[in-house]
Amino acid sequence: MRRARLYFTVAGSSFRRYATYRVATVAGVFTNTVFGFIVAYTYTALWTARPQLGGYDQPQALTFVWTGQALLAAVALIGGGAQDEIQDRIRTGDVSIDLYRPVDLQLWWLASEIGRAAFHLLGRGIVPMAAGALAFELALPSSPLTWLMFLVSTWLAVVVGFGFRYLLALSAFWLLDGSGLSTLGTLLSMFFSGMLLPLTVFPGAFGEIARQLPWAAMLQVPADVLLEERQGLAGLAGALGFQAGWALVLLLAGRALQSVATTKVVVQGG
Amino acid sequence: MWVRSTMTYRTSFVLMVLGNFVTTVLDFLAILIMFTHIDTLGGFTLPEVAFLYGTSSAAFGIADLLLGSFDRIGTRVRDGTVDTLLVRPVPVLAQVAADRFALRRMGRLLQALLMLGWAVTALDIDWTPGRLLLVPVMLVSGAAIFGSVFVLGGAFQFWARDAAEVQNSFTYGGTTMLQYPPTVFASELLRGVTFVVPLAFVNWLPALHVLGRDDPLRLPGWVDFASPAVAALCCAVAGLVWRAGLRGYQSTGS
Repeated sequence: MRRARLYFTVAGSSFRRYATYRVATVAGVFTNTVFGFIVAYTYTALWTARPQLGGYDQPQALTFVWTGQALLAAVALIGGGAQDEIQDRIRTGDVSIDLYRPVDLQLWWLASEIGRAAFHLLGRGIVPMAAGALAFELALPSSPLTWLMFLVSTWLAVVVGFGFRYLLALSAFWLLDGSGLSTLGTLLSMFFSGMLLPLTVFPGAFGEIARQLPWAAMLQVPADVLLEERQGLAGLAGALGFQAGWALVLLLAGRALQSVATTKVVVQGG
Repeated sequence: MWVRSTMTYRTSFVLMVLGNFVTTVLDFLAILIMFTHIDTLGGFTLPEVAFLYGTSSAAFGIADLLLGSFDRIGTRVRDGTVDTLLVRPVPVLAQVAADRFALRRMGRLLQALLMLGWAVTALDIDWTPGRLLLVPVMLVSGAAIFGSVFVLGGAFQFWARDAAEVQNSFTYGGTTMLQYPPTVFASELLRGVTFVVPLAFVNWLPALHVLGRDDPLRLPGWVDFASPAVAALCCAVAGLVWRAGLRGYQSTGS
Protein backbone atom coordinates (compact mmCIF):
# COMPACT_ATOMS: atom_id res chain seq x y z
CA MET A 1 0.00 0.00 0.00
CA ARG A 2 2.77 2.41 0.94
CA ARG A 3 4.59 1.39 -2.22
CA ALA A 4 1.59 2.34 -4.34
CA ARG A 5 1.45 5.73 -2.62
CA LEU A 6 5.12 6.27 -3.34
CA TYR A 7 4.74 5.64 -7.09
CA PHE A 8 1.65 7.82 -7.11
CA THR A 9 3.71 10.64 -5.57
CA VAL A 10 6.45 10.15 -8.17
CA ALA A 11 3.88 10.42 -10.96
CA GLY A 12 2.36 13.51 -9.33
CA SER A 13 5.64 15.35 -8.97
CA SER A 14 6.61 14.46 -12.53
CA PHE A 15 3.29 15.97 -13.68
CA ARG A 16 3.99 19.15 -11.72
CA ARG A 17 7.54 19.32 -12.99
CA TYR A 18 6.47 19.34 -16.64
CA ALA A 19 3.65 21.75 -15.81
CA THR A 20 6.19 24.39 -14.83
CA TYR A 21 7.56 24.66 -18.38
CA ARG A 22 4.74 26.92 -19.57
CA VAL A 23 6.48 28.63 -22.49
CA ALA A 24 7.77 25.27 -23.70
CA THR A 25 4.24 23.88 -23.57
CA VAL A 26 2.85 26.78 -25.60
CA ALA A 27 5.70 26.37 -28.09
CA GLY A 28 4.92 22.65 -28.33
CA VAL A 29 1.22 23.29 -28.93
CA PHE A 30 2.13 25.74 -31.69
CA THR A 31 4.46 23.20 -33.35
CA ASN A 32 1.92 20.36 -33.14
CA THR A 33 -0.73 22.62 -34.65
CA VAL A 34 1.49 23.77 -37.53
CA PHE A 35 2.47 20.18 -38.36
CA GLY A 36 -1.17 19.11 -38.05
CA PHE A 37 -2.16 21.65 -40.69
CA ILE A 38 0.63 20.63 -43.08
CA VAL A 39 -0.17 16.90 -42.84
CA ALA A 40 -3.93 17.53 -42.94
CA TYR A 41 -3.62 19.31 -46.31
CA THR A 42 -1.53 16.51 -47.81
CA TYR A 43 -4.03 13.91 -46.53
CA THR A 44 -6.88 15.94 -48.01
CA ALA A 45 -5.14 15.76 -51.41
CA LEU A 46 -4.49 12.04 -50.97
CA TRP A 47 -8.02 11.14 -49.85
CA THR A 48 -9.57 13.34 -52.56
CA ALA A 49 -7.67 11.29 -55.14
CA ARG A 50 -8.46 7.98 -53.39
CA PRO A 51 -11.58 8.14 -51.19
CA GLN A 52 -11.84 5.29 -48.65
CA LEU A 53 -8.08 4.67 -48.75
CA GLY A 54 -7.02 2.42 -45.88
CA GLY A 55 -10.68 1.99 -44.90
CA TYR A 56 -11.06 5.61 -43.78
CA ASP A 57 -13.20 8.33 -45.28
CA GLN A 58 -11.77 11.84 -45.44
CA PRO A 59 -13.03 13.12 -42.03
CA GLN A 60 -11.65 9.92 -40.44
CA ALA A 61 -8.27 10.38 -42.12
CA LEU A 62 -8.10 13.98 -40.88
CA THR A 63 -9.09 12.85 -37.38
CA PHE A 64 -6.19 10.40 -37.57
CA VAL A 65 -3.82 13.30 -38.32
CA TRP A 66 -4.93 15.36 -35.34
CA THR A 67 -5.01 12.34 -33.01
CA GLY A 68 -1.38 11.77 -33.97
CA GLN A 69 -0.47 15.37 -33.14
CA ALA A 70 -2.37 15.18 -29.85
CA LEU A 71 -0.61 11.96 -28.78
CA LEU A 72 2.87 12.78 -30.12
CA ALA A 73 4.17 14.33 -26.91
CA ALA A 74 2.22 12.13 -24.49
CA VAL A 75 3.41 8.84 -26.02
CA ALA A 76 6.84 10.48 -26.66
CA LEU A 77 6.99 9.17 -30.23
CA ILE A 78 9.90 11.51 -30.90
CA GLY A 79 11.73 10.24 -27.83
CA GLY A 80 12.79 12.28 -24.84
CA GLY A 81 11.27 12.14 -21.37
CA ALA A 82 12.66 9.45 -19.10
CA GLN A 83 14.78 7.97 -21.90
CA ASP A 84 17.12 10.98 -22.07
CA GLU A 85 17.35 11.27 -18.30
CA ILE A 86 18.18 7.61 -17.73
CA GLN A 87 20.84 7.74 -20.43
CA ASP A 88 22.35 10.85 -18.87
CA ARG A 89 22.37 9.26 -15.44
CA ILE A 90 24.03 6.13 -16.80
CA ARG A 91 26.68 8.17 -18.64
CA THR A 92 27.48 10.33 -15.63
CA GLY A 93 27.31 7.44 -13.16
CA ASP A 94 24.42 8.94 -11.19
CA VAL A 95 22.56 5.72 -11.87
CA SER A 96 24.50 4.13 -8.99
CA ILE A 97 22.58 6.40 -6.61
CA ASP A 98 19.30 5.25 -8.15
CA LEU A 99 20.32 1.64 -7.69
CA TYR A 100 20.68 1.73 -3.94
CA ARG A 101 17.38 3.47 -3.40
CA PRO A 102 14.84 1.09 -1.85
CA VAL A 103 12.55 1.30 -4.88
CA ASP A 104 12.28 -0.57 -8.13
CA LEU A 105 14.17 1.31 -10.89
CA GLN A 106 11.78 0.39 -13.70
CA LEU A 107 8.58 1.14 -11.78
CA TRP A 108 10.03 4.43 -10.55
CA TRP A 109 10.67 5.60 -14.12
CA LEU A 110 7.35 4.21 -15.34
CA ALA A 111 5.55 6.25 -12.66
CA SER A 112 7.45 9.36 -13.67
CA GLU A 113 6.60 8.73 -17.34
CA ILE A 114 2.92 8.37 -16.54
CA GLY A 115 2.97 11.74 -14.76
CA ARG A 116 4.74 13.32 -17.72
CA ALA A 117 2.36 11.75 -20.22
CA ALA A 118 -0.70 12.89 -18.25
CA PHE A 119 0.53 16.48 -18.38
CA HIS A 120 1.44 16.29 -22.05
CA LEU A 121 -1.95 14.81 -22.94
CA LEU A 122 -3.70 17.73 -21.27
CA GLY A 123 -1.16 20.45 -22.08
CA ARG A 124 -0.23 19.47 -25.61
CA GLY A 125 -3.09 17.24 -26.70
CA ILE A 126 -6.31 19.16 -26.28
CA VAL A 127 -5.47 22.45 -28.02
CA PRO A 128 -4.11 20.98 -31.30
CA MET A 129 -7.11 18.61 -31.46
CA ALA A 130 -9.49 21.56 -30.91
CA ALA A 131 -7.69 23.62 -33.57
CA GLY A 132 -8.02 20.71 -35.99
CA ALA A 133 -11.72 20.31 -35.21
CA LEU A 134 -12.30 24.02 -35.88
CA ALA A 135 -10.44 24.10 -39.18
CA PHE A 136 -11.43 20.72 -40.66
CA GLU A 137 -14.40 18.39 -40.68
CA LEU A 138 -13.40 15.62 -38.26
CA ALA A 139 -15.07 12.34 -37.36
CA LEU A 140 -14.95 12.63 -33.58
CA PRO A 141 -17.12 10.10 -31.73
CA SER A 142 -20.18 11.24 -29.78
CA SER A 143 -20.36 8.22 -27.47
CA PRO A 144 -18.71 8.83 -24.07
CA LEU A 145 -17.83 5.13 -23.93
CA THR A 146 -15.64 5.49 -27.04
CA TRP A 147 -13.79 8.40 -25.45
CA LEU A 148 -13.31 6.37 -22.27
CA MET A 149 -11.93 3.42 -24.25
CA PHE A 150 -9.69 5.86 -26.14
CA LEU A 151 -8.27 7.06 -22.81
CA VAL A 152 -7.61 3.47 -21.69
CA SER A 153 -5.97 2.74 -25.04
CA THR A 154 -3.88 5.91 -24.81
CA TRP A 155 -2.69 4.93 -21.36
CA LEU A 156 -1.65 1.52 -22.69
CA ALA A 157 0.11 3.28 -25.57
CA VAL A 158 2.11 5.30 -23.04
CA VAL A 159 3.16 2.11 -21.24
CA VAL A 160 4.18 0.37 -24.50
CA GLY A 161 6.13 3.50 -25.50
CA PHE A 162 7.87 3.52 -22.15
CA GLY A 163 8.64 -0.21 -22.36
CA PHE A 164 10.32 0.27 -25.72
CA ARG A 165 12.29 3.38 -24.76
CA TYR A 166 13.39 1.87 -21.45
CA LEU A 167 15.11 -0.90 -23.42
CA LEU A 168 16.85 1.73 -25.54
CA ALA A 169 17.86 3.73 -22.48
CA LEU A 170 19.42 0.68 -20.80
CA SER A 171 21.60 0.15 -23.88
CA ALA A 172 23.63 3.10 -22.56
CA PHE A 173 25.14 0.67 -20.03
CA TRP A 174 26.97 -0.92 -22.96
CA LEU A 175 27.23 1.92 -25.50
CA LEU A 176 27.85 4.75 -22.98
CA ASP A 177 26.45 7.25 -25.45
CA GLY A 178 22.99 6.06 -26.37
CA SER A 179 22.02 8.93 -28.64
CA GLY A 180 22.64 6.93 -31.82
CA LEU A 181 20.16 4.28 -30.75
CA SER A 182 17.73 7.01 -29.65
CA THR A 183 17.73 8.40 -33.18
CA LEU A 184 17.09 4.94 -34.56
CA GLY A 185 14.34 4.39 -31.98
CA THR A 186 12.64 7.66 -32.87
CA LEU A 187 12.50 6.90 -36.56
CA LEU A 188 11.11 3.41 -35.95
CA SER A 189 8.44 4.87 -33.65
CA MET A 190 7.50 7.60 -36.11
CA PHE A 191 7.26 5.33 -39.12
CA PHE A 192 5.78 2.15 -37.66
CA SER A 193 3.33 3.85 -35.29
CA GLY A 194 1.42 5.37 -38.21
CA MET A 195 2.57 8.92 -37.50
CA LEU A 196 3.79 9.48 -41.07
CA LEU A 197 1.00 7.51 -42.73
CA PRO A 198 -1.72 5.28 -41.20
CA LEU A 199 -0.56 1.64 -41.12
CA THR A 200 -3.79 0.55 -42.87
CA VAL A 201 -2.46 2.33 -45.98
CA PHE A 202 0.78 0.27 -45.99
CA PRO A 203 0.57 -2.25 -48.83
CA GLY A 204 0.46 -6.06 -48.73
CA ALA A 205 2.53 -8.24 -46.42
CA PHE A 206 4.61 -5.25 -45.36
CA GLY A 207 1.45 -3.66 -44.00
CA GLU A 208 0.38 -6.92 -42.34
CA ILE A 209 3.68 -7.11 -40.47
CA ALA A 210 3.74 -3.38 -39.59
CA ARG A 211 0.33 -3.70 -37.97
CA GLN A 212 1.58 -6.49 -35.66
CA LEU A 213 4.69 -4.66 -34.40
CA PRO A 214 4.74 -2.98 -30.95
CA TRP A 215 4.81 0.52 -32.47
CA ALA A 216 1.30 -0.04 -33.87
CA ALA A 217 0.16 -0.03 -30.22
CA MET A 218 1.48 3.52 -29.78
CA LEU A 219 -0.74 5.38 -32.27
CA GLN A 220 -2.53 3.19 -34.83
CA VAL A 221 -4.53 1.27 -32.21
CA PRO A 222 -5.62 4.25 -30.04
CA ALA A 223 -6.56 6.18 -33.21
CA ASP A 224 -8.62 3.23 -34.47
CA VAL A 225 -10.37 3.02 -31.11
CA LEU A 226 -11.24 6.73 -31.33
CA LEU A 227 -12.41 6.35 -34.94
CA GLU A 228 -14.69 3.47 -33.82
CA GLU A 229 -12.91 1.11 -36.22
CA ARG A 230 -12.60 -1.37 -33.34
CA GLN A 231 -16.25 -1.83 -32.45
CA GLY A 232 -18.01 -4.27 -30.18
CA LEU A 233 -16.68 -6.30 -27.31
CA ALA A 234 -14.47 -8.51 -29.48
CA GLY A 235 -13.01 -5.60 -31.43
CA LEU A 236 -12.20 -3.55 -28.35
CA ALA A 237 -10.84 -6.52 -26.41
CA GLY A 238 -8.64 -7.37 -29.39
CA ALA A 239 -7.28 -3.82 -29.59
CA LEU A 240 -6.62 -3.37 -25.90
CA GLY A 241 -5.35 -6.95 -25.53
CA PHE A 242 -2.84 -6.35 -28.34
CA GLN A 243 -1.54 -3.28 -26.52
CA ALA A 244 -1.48 -4.96 -23.11
CA GLY A 245 0.36 -7.94 -24.58
CA TRP A 246 3.12 -5.79 -26.04
CA ALA A 247 3.29 -3.72 -22.84
CA LEU A 248 3.88 -6.90 -20.83
CA VAL A 249 6.48 -8.31 -23.23
CA LEU A 250 8.45 -5.05 -23.35
CA LEU A 251 8.30 -4.45 -19.59
CA LEU A 252 9.49 -8.01 -18.89
CA ALA A 253 12.29 -7.65 -21.42
CA GLY A 254 13.27 -4.36 -19.75
CA ARG A 255 13.31 -6.10 -16.40
CA ALA A 256 15.56 -8.86 -17.70
CA LEU A 257 17.94 -6.41 -19.36
CA GLN A 258 17.97 -4.31 -16.21
CA SER A 259 19.11 -7.20 -14.04
CA VAL A 260 21.88 -8.05 -16.52
CA ALA A 261 22.96 -4.41 -16.67
CA THR A 262 22.98 -3.73 -12.94
CA THR A 263 25.23 -6.69 -12.17
CA LYS A 264 27.84 -5.01 -14.32
CA VAL A 265 27.76 -1.59 -12.64
CA VAL A 266 31.03 -0.70 -10.94
CA VAL A 267 30.82 2.25 -8.57
CA GLN A 268 33.95 4.35 -8.68
CA GLY A 269 34.97 6.06 -5.48
CA GLY A 270 36.34 9.55 -5.23
CA MET B 1 36.69 19.70 -31.26
CA TRP B 2 33.08 18.57 -31.35
CA VAL B 3 33.88 16.44 -34.36
CA ARG B 4 36.65 14.73 -32.39
CA SER B 5 34.49 14.25 -29.31
CA THR B 6 31.74 12.70 -31.41
CA MET B 7 34.27 10.30 -32.87
CA THR B 8 35.08 9.03 -29.39
CA TYR B 9 31.82 7.13 -29.40
CA ARG B 10 32.41 5.65 -32.82
CA THR B 11 29.61 3.04 -32.82
CA SER B 12 27.16 5.68 -31.75
CA PHE B 13 28.37 8.08 -34.42
CA VAL B 14 27.91 5.52 -37.17
CA LEU B 15 24.46 4.69 -35.83
CA MET B 16 23.59 8.39 -35.77
CA VAL B 17 24.66 9.13 -39.35
CA LEU B 18 22.78 6.01 -40.35
CA GLY B 19 19.84 7.15 -38.23
CA ASN B 20 19.78 10.56 -39.88
CA PHE B 21 20.04 8.93 -43.28
CA VAL B 22 17.33 6.38 -42.62
CA THR B 23 14.99 8.90 -40.95
CA THR B 24 14.81 10.89 -44.13
CA VAL B 25 14.60 7.72 -46.21
CA LEU B 26 11.56 6.63 -44.20
CA ASP B 27 10.12 10.11 -44.72
CA PHE B 28 10.32 9.53 -48.44
CA LEU B 29 9.11 5.95 -48.08
CA ALA B 30 5.85 7.37 -46.69
CA ILE B 31 5.51 9.44 -49.88
CA LEU B 32 6.33 6.34 -51.98
CA ILE B 33 3.58 4.41 -50.20
CA MET B 34 1.17 7.24 -50.99
CA PHE B 35 2.12 6.87 -54.66
CA THR B 36 1.32 3.14 -54.63
CA HIS B 37 -2.29 4.28 -54.31
CA ILE B 38 -2.29 7.36 -56.56
CA ASP B 39 -0.67 8.56 -59.80
CA THR B 40 -0.47 12.25 -58.97
CA LEU B 41 -0.64 14.22 -55.71
CA GLY B 42 -2.08 17.67 -56.23
CA GLY B 43 -1.40 17.15 -59.96
CA PHE B 44 2.30 16.32 -59.44
CA THR B 45 3.93 13.02 -60.39
CA LEU B 46 6.33 11.06 -58.18
CA PRO B 47 9.55 12.36 -59.84
CA GLU B 48 8.22 15.91 -59.53
CA VAL B 49 7.50 15.44 -55.83
CA ALA B 50 10.95 13.85 -55.46
CA PHE B 51 12.44 16.96 -57.05
CA LEU B 52 10.64 19.17 -54.52
CA TYR B 53 11.65 16.79 -51.74
CA GLY B 54 15.31 16.77 -52.79
CA THR B 55 15.65 20.54 -53.15
CA SER B 56 13.83 21.34 -49.89
CA SER B 57 15.63 18.68 -47.90
CA ALA B 58 19.08 19.55 -49.30
CA ALA B 59 18.67 23.27 -48.58
CA PHE B 60 17.49 22.43 -45.07
CA GLY B 61 20.28 19.87 -44.67
CA ILE B 62 22.99 22.47 -45.42
CA ALA B 63 21.45 25.00 -43.01
CA ASP B 64 21.00 22.33 -40.33
CA LEU B 65 24.58 21.13 -40.68
CA LEU B 66 25.97 24.65 -40.27
CA LEU B 67 23.50 26.28 -37.88
CA GLY B 68 21.42 23.46 -36.38
CA SER B 69 22.97 24.09 -32.95
CA PHE B 70 21.03 27.33 -32.55
CA ASP B 71 18.20 25.66 -30.70
CA ARG B 72 20.62 25.10 -27.82
CA ILE B 73 20.93 28.81 -27.15
CA GLY B 74 17.82 28.76 -24.91
CA THR B 75 19.53 26.28 -22.57
CA ARG B 76 22.60 28.50 -22.51
CA VAL B 77 20.56 31.59 -21.70
CA ARG B 78 18.85 29.71 -18.88
CA ASP B 79 22.02 28.39 -17.25
CA GLY B 80 23.98 31.58 -17.91
CA THR B 81 26.72 30.06 -20.07
CA VAL B 82 26.22 32.69 -22.81
CA ASP B 83 28.64 34.71 -20.67
CA THR B 84 31.40 32.27 -21.58
CA LEU B 85 30.77 32.95 -25.25
CA LEU B 86 30.76 36.72 -24.75
CA VAL B 87 34.25 36.93 -23.26
CA ARG B 88 35.91 34.94 -26.03
CA PRO B 89 37.47 36.94 -28.88
CA VAL B 90 35.43 35.14 -31.54
CA PRO B 91 32.00 36.27 -32.84
CA VAL B 92 29.25 34.72 -30.75
CA LEU B 93 27.39 33.66 -33.88
CA ALA B 94 30.35 31.53 -35.00
CA GLN B 95 30.73 30.04 -31.54
CA VAL B 96 27.07 29.04 -31.33
CA ALA B 97 27.27 27.51 -34.80
CA ALA B 98 30.29 25.45 -33.78
CA ASP B 99 28.78 24.44 -30.43
CA ARG B 100 28.07 20.70 -30.55
CA PHE B 101 28.74 20.73 -34.30
CA ALA B 102 27.03 17.56 -35.36
CA LEU B 103 28.63 15.85 -38.31
CA ARG B 104 25.92 13.20 -38.17
CA ARG B 105 23.61 15.71 -39.89
CA MET B 106 25.48 14.80 -43.11
CA GLY B 107 23.06 11.89 -43.31
CA ARG B 108 20.10 14.07 -44.23
CA LEU B 109 22.05 16.06 -46.82
CA LEU B 110 23.40 12.91 -48.43
CA GLN B 111 19.96 11.39 -48.75
CA ALA B 112 18.50 14.64 -50.13
CA LEU B 113 21.18 14.89 -52.81
CA LEU B 114 20.66 11.24 -53.82
CA MET B 115 16.92 11.88 -54.10
CA LEU B 116 17.52 15.03 -56.13
CA GLY B 117 19.86 13.14 -58.43
CA TRP B 118 17.26 10.46 -59.02
CA ALA B 119 14.52 13.05 -59.63
CA VAL B 120 16.60 14.92 -62.19
CA THR B 121 17.27 11.72 -64.18
CA ALA B 122 13.68 10.51 -63.90
CA LEU B 123 12.20 13.84 -65.00
CA ASP B 124 12.02 14.89 -68.60
CA ILE B 125 13.17 18.49 -68.18
CA ASP B 126 13.95 20.81 -71.06
CA TRP B 127 17.27 22.09 -69.68
CA THR B 128 17.72 25.73 -70.65
CA PRO B 129 20.75 27.58 -69.16
CA GLY B 130 18.35 29.46 -66.87
CA ARG B 131 16.87 26.25 -65.48
CA LEU B 132 20.27 24.64 -65.08
CA LEU B 133 21.51 27.66 -63.12
CA LEU B 134 18.42 27.75 -60.93
CA VAL B 135 19.15 24.40 -59.26
CA PRO B 136 22.40 25.34 -57.44
CA VAL B 137 21.08 28.89 -56.85
CA MET B 138 17.98 27.35 -55.26
CA LEU B 139 20.03 25.17 -52.91
CA VAL B 140 22.32 28.01 -51.77
CA SER B 141 19.61 30.62 -51.30
CA GLY B 142 17.33 28.03 -49.73
CA ALA B 143 20.04 27.14 -47.23
CA ALA B 144 20.50 30.87 -46.48
CA ILE B 145 16.77 31.35 -45.89
CA PHE B 146 16.57 28.33 -43.58
CA GLY B 147 19.79 29.52 -41.90
CA SER B 148 18.19 32.91 -41.23
CA VAL B 149 15.25 31.16 -39.60
CA PHE B 150 17.68 29.24 -37.37
CA VAL B 151 19.43 32.48 -36.36
CA LEU B 152 16.12 34.30 -35.82
CA GLY B 153 14.92 31.40 -33.68
CA GLY B 154 18.15 31.60 -31.70
CA ALA B 155 17.75 35.36 -31.20
CA PHE B 156 14.16 34.82 -30.09
CA GLN B 157 15.47 32.54 -27.32
CA PHE B 158 17.15 35.52 -25.65
CA TRP B 159 13.66 36.70 -24.78
CA ALA B 160 11.67 33.47 -24.66
CA ARG B 161 14.43 31.29 -23.11
CA ASP B 162 12.56 28.06 -23.55
CA ALA B 163 10.79 27.90 -26.87
CA ALA B 164 13.09 26.02 -29.22
CA GLU B 165 10.03 24.22 -30.56
CA VAL B 166 8.56 27.35 -32.17
CA GLN B 167 11.66 27.41 -34.31
CA ASN B 168 11.05 23.75 -35.20
CA SER B 169 7.66 24.57 -36.72
CA PHE B 170 9.33 26.93 -39.19
CA THR B 171 12.41 24.81 -39.90
CA TYR B 172 11.26 21.17 -39.73
CA GLY B 173 7.67 22.19 -40.50
CA GLY B 174 8.84 24.35 -43.39
CA THR B 175 10.95 21.65 -44.98
CA THR B 176 8.11 19.12 -44.63
CA MET B 177 5.67 21.48 -46.30
CA LEU B 178 8.05 22.34 -49.16
CA GLN B 179 8.41 18.62 -49.94
CA TYR B 180 4.82 18.59 -51.18
CA PRO B 181 3.42 20.42 -54.20
CA PRO B 182 2.09 23.91 -53.39
CA THR B 183 -1.21 22.97 -55.04
CA VAL B 184 -1.97 20.76 -52.03
CA PHE B 185 -2.21 23.69 -49.62
CA ALA B 186 -4.81 26.40 -49.05
CA SER B 187 -4.01 29.74 -50.71
CA GLU B 188 -3.89 31.63 -47.36
CA LEU B 189 -1.07 29.31 -46.29
CA LEU B 190 0.71 29.86 -49.62
CA ARG B 191 0.47 33.63 -49.21
CA GLY B 192 1.83 33.29 -45.67
CA VAL B 193 4.94 31.38 -46.74
CA THR B 194 5.49 33.72 -49.70
CA PHE B 195 5.07 37.15 -48.14
CA VAL B 196 5.42 36.67 -44.35
CA VAL B 197 7.98 33.89 -43.79
CA PRO B 198 9.38 33.67 -47.33
CA LEU B 199 9.87 29.88 -47.35
CA ALA B 200 8.30 29.61 -50.82
CA PHE B 201 11.55 31.08 -52.19
CA VAL B 202 13.54 28.13 -50.80
CA ASN B 203 12.34 25.83 -53.55
CA TRP B 204 8.70 26.18 -54.56
CA LEU B 205 8.94 29.22 -56.83
CA PRO B 206 12.26 28.36 -58.55
CA ALA B 207 11.36 24.64 -58.70
CA LEU B 208 8.04 25.39 -60.41
CA HIS B 209 10.00 27.25 -63.06
CA VAL B 210 12.39 24.31 -63.52
CA LEU B 211 9.44 21.91 -63.77
CA GLY B 212 7.70 24.27 -66.21
CA ARG B 213 4.60 24.82 -64.08
CA ASP B 214 2.62 27.90 -63.12
CA ASP B 215 2.58 28.90 -59.49
CA PRO B 216 -0.88 28.72 -57.87
CA LEU B 217 -0.71 32.36 -56.69
CA ARG B 218 -0.10 33.59 -60.27
CA LEU B 219 2.82 35.80 -59.30
CA PRO B 220 4.83 37.60 -62.04
CA GLY B 221 7.52 35.48 -63.72
CA TRP B 222 10.54 37.25 -62.26
CA VAL B 223 9.80 36.03 -58.72
CA ASP B 224 11.09 32.60 -59.82
CA PHE B 225 14.55 34.18 -59.89
CA ALA B 226 14.16 36.34 -56.78
CA SER B 227 15.44 33.72 -54.30
CA PRO B 228 19.00 35.14 -53.90
CA ALA B 229 17.64 38.64 -53.22
CA VAL B 230 15.11 37.27 -50.72
CA ALA B 231 17.83 35.19 -49.08
CA ALA B 232 20.09 38.26 -48.75
CA LEU B 233 17.23 40.21 -47.18
CA CYS B 234 16.54 37.35 -44.74
CA CYS B 235 20.18 37.21 -43.71
CA ALA B 236 20.24 40.97 -43.11
CA VAL B 237 17.10 40.86 -40.96
CA ALA B 238 18.38 37.82 -39.05
CA GLY B 239 21.72 39.56 -38.45
CA LEU B 240 20.06 42.69 -37.07
CA VAL B 241 17.68 40.76 -34.81
CA TRP B 242 20.53 38.56 -33.58
CA ARG B 243 22.54 41.64 -32.59
CA ALA B 244 19.55 43.19 -30.87
CA GLY B 245 18.98 39.93 -28.99
CA LEU B 246 22.58 39.71 -27.93
CA ARG B 247 22.55 43.33 -26.75
CA GLY B 248 19.40 42.69 -24.74
CA TYR B 249 20.92 39.64 -23.06
CA GLN B 250 21.09 39.82 -19.32
CA SER B 251 23.17 37.27 -17.51
CA THR B 252 21.58 35.09 -14.85
CA GLY B 253 24.05 36.52 -12.35
CA SER B 254 24.99 33.14 -10.99
